[in-house]
Amino acid sequence: MNVADLETVLPFLLLATGGVALLLVDLAVPQARKSLTGWLAFVVALAAGVSALALVSGKTMKGFAGMVQADAFAYFADVLLCVVAALVILLSLRYHTARGLMRGEFYPLLLLSLSGMSLAVHAADLLVVFLAIELLSIPLYVLSGFARPRLESEEAALKYFLTGAFASGFLVYGVALIYGASGTTALGDLRAALLDNPALTSDALLMAGLALVMVGLLFKIAAVPFHFWAPDVYEGAPTTVTAFMATATKAAAFLALMRVVAGFAALSPSLAQPFEVADALRPMLALIAAITMIVGNVTALAQQNVKRMLAYSSIAHAGYALAGVASGDATAVLFYLAAYAFATLAAFVVLIAVGSTEGNEDHRYEAYAGLGRRAPLLGVIMALAMFSLIGIPPTAGFVGKYFLFRAVVASDLTWLAVIGVLTSALSAAFYLRVLMVLFMREPETAPEAEPAALAADAPRMVAAYVSAAAVLLIGVFPSAVLALLTGGELVALVR
Amino acid sequence: MEPTSFVVFLSSVLFVIGALGVLLRRNALMIFMSIELMLNAANLAFVAFAQRWAQLAGQVFVFFVMTVAAAEVAVGLALIVTIFRTKRSTSVDELAQLRG
Amino acid sequence: MTLLIVSPILFPLLGMLINALFGQRMRERVVGWVASFAVIAAFAASVVLFVQLSQSHGEPLRLTLAPWITAGALNVAWGFLVDPLSAVMMLIVTGVGALIHIYSIGYMHGDPRFARYFVYLNLFVAAMLVLVMADNFLVLFVGWELVGLCSYLLIGFWFQDVKNAAAGRKAFVVNRIGDVGFVLGMLLIFATFGTLDFETVFAQVKVRGESLAAVASLITLLLFIGATGKSAQIPLFVWLPDAMAGPTPVSALIHAATMVTAGVYMMSRAHVLFELAPTTQALIALVGAITALVAGSSALRQVDIKKVLAYSTVSQLGFMVAAAGLGAYVAALFHLLTHAFFKALLFLGAGSVIHAMHAAHGDVDPQDMRAMGGLAKRMPFTFLTFVIGGLALAGLPPLAGFFSKDEVLLAAFADNPLVFVLLGITAAFTALYVGRQIVLVFLGEPRSANAAHAHESPAIMTMPLAVLALLTLAGGAINLPGGGWLHHWLEPVLHEAAKPLNVGLALVFTLIALGALALAWVWYRDAQRARLEVESALGRFLLSAWHIDAVYHATVLRAFYTLSTICSQLIDIGLIDAAVNAVGRSARAAADQLRAAQSGFVRNYGLLMFLGVIVLVVYFVVVR
Repeated sequence: MNVADLETVLPFLLLATGGVALLLVDLAVPQARKSLTGWLAFVVALAAGVSALALVSGKTMKGFAGMVQADAFAYFADVLLCVVAALVILLSLRYHTARGLMRGEFYPLLLLSLSGMSLAVHAADLLVVFLAIELLSIPLYVLSGFARPRLESEEAALKYFLTGAFASGFLVYGVALIYGASGTTALGDLRAALLDNPALTSDALLMAGLALVMVGLLFKIAAVPFHFWAPDVYEGAPTTVTAFMATATKAAAFLALMRVVAGFAALSPSLAQPFEVADALRPMLALIAAITMIVGNVTALAQQNVKRMLAYSSIAHAGYALAGVASGDATAVLFYLAAYAFATLAAFVVLIAVGSTEGNEDHRYEAYAGLGRRAPLLGVIMALAMFSLIGIPPTAGFVGKYFLFRAVVASDLTWLAVIGVLTSALSAAFYLRVLMVLFMREPETAPEAEPAALAADAPRMVAAYVSAAAVLLIGVFPSAVLALLTGGELVALVR
Repeated sequence: MEPTSFVVFLSSVLFVIGALGVLLRRNALMIFMSIELMLNAANLAFVAFAQRWAQLAGQVFVFFVMTVAAAEVAVGLALIVTIFRTKRSTSVDELAQLRG
Repeated sequence: MTLLIVSPILFPLLGMLINALFGQRMRERVVGWVASFAVIAAFAASVVLFVQLSQSHGEPLRLTLAPWITAGALNVAWGFLVDPLSAVMMLIVTGVGALIHIYSIGYMHGDPRFARYFVYLNLFVAAMLVLVMADNFLVLFVGWELVGLCSYLLIGFWFQDVKNAAAGRKAFVVNRIGDVGFVLGMLLIFATFGTLDFETVFAQVKVRGESLAAVASLITLLLFIGATGKSAQIPLFVWLPDAMAGPTPVSALIHAATMVTAGVYMMSRAHVLFELAPTTQALIALVGAITALVAGSSALRQVDIKKVLAYSTVSQLGFMVAAAGLGAYVAALFHLLTHAFFKALLFLGAGSVIHAMHAAHGDVDPQDMRAMGGLAKRMPFTFLTFVIGGLALAGLPPLAGFFSKDEVLLAAFADNPLVFVLLGITAAFTALYVGRQIVLVFLGEPRSANAAHAHESPAIMTMPLAVLALLTLAGGAINLPGGGWLHHWLEPVLHEAAKPLNVGLALVFTLIALGALALAWVWYRDAQRARLEVESALGRFLLSAWHIDAVYHATVLRAFYTLSTICSQLIDIGLIDAAVNAVGRSARAAADQLRAAQSGFVRNYGLLMFLGVIVLVVYFVVVR
């Protein structure tokens, strides 16, 4: 190990050490001033994000004996993750006070989970993938149950924990089988081994291992049929945690998934793409993507609760991004995830604003009646978010879907793009329903003292403006974001 | 069969028992223990394969997995205890408030 | 310079933003004037650009704000263009727009969603400017869609009434059908030329010329389908009469003066393409002329004061489209311009009448002409301006409408006898329904308490009427026959030779118009006739616009209905397997099924996950 190694995972190191240090610092922060811990965590997240942004144009490097890889994709994901986390921290300050959750350990846990995500996007070895997934998951189990003793929160945490641990059981066993078949867990060595030894490509042990590893990762991105945890956990967890899970976790797990898929690109000849995906894997990925889009969008239609609807929306969008994985265009997938993350975060700004008011936290559609008129800013932000999630120009979602479907069509999966377009059209039904309720429905009972609580909270407003601006700016100037992804040398997910 | 195959076979049996345990037990603690069994099956497989490839790496992996398992235990038990305080039960079949 | 070119768009956006954020907390007047000044500022900026343009002798000003989509071959930028054609459109949009904003301050007074209304209206002006200032098809399409959205929001502005909301939806759906054509046309342009830039596409057309004839026919046909949606031509015109459900100033601005002319503008912009496709052009001329006749005749029997004007608008759009089809783009744009003045004037006058009828408490429909009468004495100013607008529409010299309509007829006379005859008959109908409307609304005795107690509208509403009336009086001067100013101004873009005045033709049509007006006076002096004629078979036929809505219901909608019934029947008797069954039933039913799978029991989740694991392992190990 040398100093150059450290540089390859610099954002991870900042987050992990920052998280552990904050755990100690928090002990000295008096209970009445826990928002100080929040601000410190904000600074750590921003620092990590800035360090990643500074490194983003650098060339691809490997570190720690090939276990991690630093490239433009990884740093781009780092920046996205850190920005999202910083915004979630801003949103949490008021929300946690209002919900009685202002406990200091929230922020160290968030940073540690974030460090896991950062490690996941740099992973170049299956063992690191496993460790990173666990590092990001275990704090999330705790965070989901953070609103104890509220039963929904506890139920969400336990369900997430049991299903999550179940899935990582498969993941680690899959790693063991792959190791057994090939003698290595490094993705680069695996690729070389597959090229050198064609017999390995039909090894049952290796293929079973790959299937199990895929299960673990598909669980994290909430692809059907490994998605069942998501709606329950998203609904029960504190809304800030839901926002974090829906945006950041997904981005991190997708990049890890794409690296694993690229590691197995030599299974069979493949279309040469920015990252390679074996033709043998494409039908299955495409099928899961299709089912995920359909199940996510169709089930979202019948939801009565905005928070839960957004959970199904996140499943549906995992389906879209997975279609991008099947097409082999990593740039399109990462761009899409960024577009999705900011749109979803913008929607959660509104949910968190509603959750920050007095009284019970209520996210049923009825509770949102007329909100757009009482708080026009929130209404506009929700409208932007919904338009982007549907994919209406000139929002980020439009450009994201455009790149994505173009990549899917280019890789001869036109049928998948057709399903994508049709389900997007279907999704307008439930996304626009939110706006209809927001702007065109009268509230059943007069909400007491709500506007005042909705209006003033400076950190939340900053988060609102940043996410809304991101949705618009990415939509209008997508080339600026693309430049981050493709500015340096051409990235190979695995080398 | 070469010697490692027996161990791998044993590990796969343990893994399947663990997985079935997760599906069949109602008690959250028992489900959790079944998951631990799955992780340990993986450990056994790692050791066996390390033998096959005559590498140390496979055995080192076991320590990582054990550490992760320990972290999961800490968090998992805490969650189960918390929910037991609220519900006075550890049966997962009584936890279905969130659905649809 | 950069900022100046986009400033006409930025000002209304700024106004929109201010009102969206603070509109709830500001007083009505402030909201109204913020919005109005935003558009006035946009007008001023347009004038500055116009002057610059004339000093540079029509050399277009271009601005590329930022790259938008740079992906492989597709390279589209946020590019804007101010050339003689877009400059004229900008002046119309911002000029007429400003007047209608000011008028709306009076008209919308007291509406609970006053601020919202101005937010939409500002957004509309910005979107319309994006449309006319675009320098490529995609940016044009962005504006095209945004104006559609604003139109939809404003038609359904009083959504509390189900009818209004339904009208909004109808406009939206019908326009989407047209948009499909436009998008396909755009894709074909990209496939053919490899770009969407106006300049590059048109330059390529000039170089490649006749070799493109076949594909140009298809492209122009698809673009024209888009135009039939937006500019309300047969077969997609049915949404425009229903669109009158929106507030009257909206009808004036969006559904008469600006948005509905977008199709005409687009065809003029892409005239290089259209000139390569004589077949499409002939079709366009014919569709325009038939639309003019059908809508013009339908206007003869309407009883709603706004519906008359709505059908009249469809009819006049038919004139413009026919002119574009004949290749007389200057005539089309000239008529677009004068029509913007006099139709906005007529709509605002009608709004003033409705406002007065509404304010005077009574129990009749404030838009029903059968309940009006005698308003000339009670609202003299509105009467005077309405008559000016009406006579311009009828085509009497020396009003603006006379010159522009004459140019269209002249073009038809020279090129296409059939179109000429259709338009000629329509011209007679036009004078007849204008006369009928003036007589029924303003002359005779009041036929209801509302009409008897009506009062002149406030100055904030009559001032815009005065300005528009002046423009209507003098507007013809900008393009006097034989190659007027507008001809020269548009020369760099359209390269079209001017035609001399045909005195005989002008005289004939003036006499026809006068005769029709006189006939209207004779027929409708006694309002009894207006009451009875809608009862007759012909009256019902025309009142319902040749039963076209009913025909759509009986054919297109019925066909869909039958198709869906057949599908569901087939599924019910089990001819199609269970998988299709799930698709066939409504998505909502499927959703309920899927929700049931989400049982809440973690062990179920585990089991389903495990099944997924087995499928995945089997696929990877065995099937692959």
